[in-house]
Amino acid sequence: MNVLYFAWVRERIGLPKEQIETSAATVMDLVEELRAREERYALAFSDLSALRVAVDQDLSDFDASLEGVREIAFFPPMTGG
Amino acid sequence: MKILVQEAAFDAGAELNDFTKAQSSMGAVVSFTGIVRDLDAGLKQMDIEHYPGMTERALEKIASDAMGRWNLGDVLVIHRFGALKPEDVIMMVATASKHRKVAFEAADFLMDFLKSRAPFWKKEQTGAAQDWVSSKQEDENALTRWE
Repeated sequence: MNVLYFAWVRERIGLPKEQIETSAATVMDLVEELRAREERYALAFSDLSALRVAVDQDLSDFDASLEGVREIAFFPPMTGG
Repeated sequence: MKILVQEAAFDAGAELNDFTKAQSSMGAVVSFTGIVRDLDAGLKQMDIEHYPGMTERALEKIASDAMGRWNLGDVLVIHRFGALKPEDVIMMVATASKHRKVAFEAADFLMDFLKSRAPFWKKEQTGAAQDWVSSKQEDENALTRWE
């Protein structure tokens, strides 16, 4: 699965994109896996209320299923316009 | 619908003229142009990051939702990314309709959703400091009036 990071999430983790082999069933399971990896991930995912997630390029929720999902992205609330 | 996500600068006046000329039987065109502001006179640069692919999808959905909700002749959305300077044009939207009220409402709707549902992130550079612009609760709250 491709995992993408944007804005300060990208900066804290230190890379824009990575390929992750995971058996996580939901977005939250994947977040737990990432948090357990290294401090920089734990830091980036410390406050989920400050994060948004997109599943296959659609805005989604942390309890969303990852079944059949190819791309997941984590980022702060958007500030367009 | 015309939706452009681009790094290059654009001429908002020329875009608006083209959009207006392309309409037929429309009595009203409303446009909004967003400009990089420097309220504290210290902004050196504004970097806009986006999510290629999702950005276009999100903007198309927002524009389609507007077309479905109101009787519009057309919708235009242009949004830049990359390094911008104070007073640069960031983005514009335009709507065309038979009547003024609908064109205004639809443009307002587009802007409300573009602020917090299109994957853009702004970072401000002031001298040596760099800071991501925080989202505002009022922008999120603004969406509830369209429910």
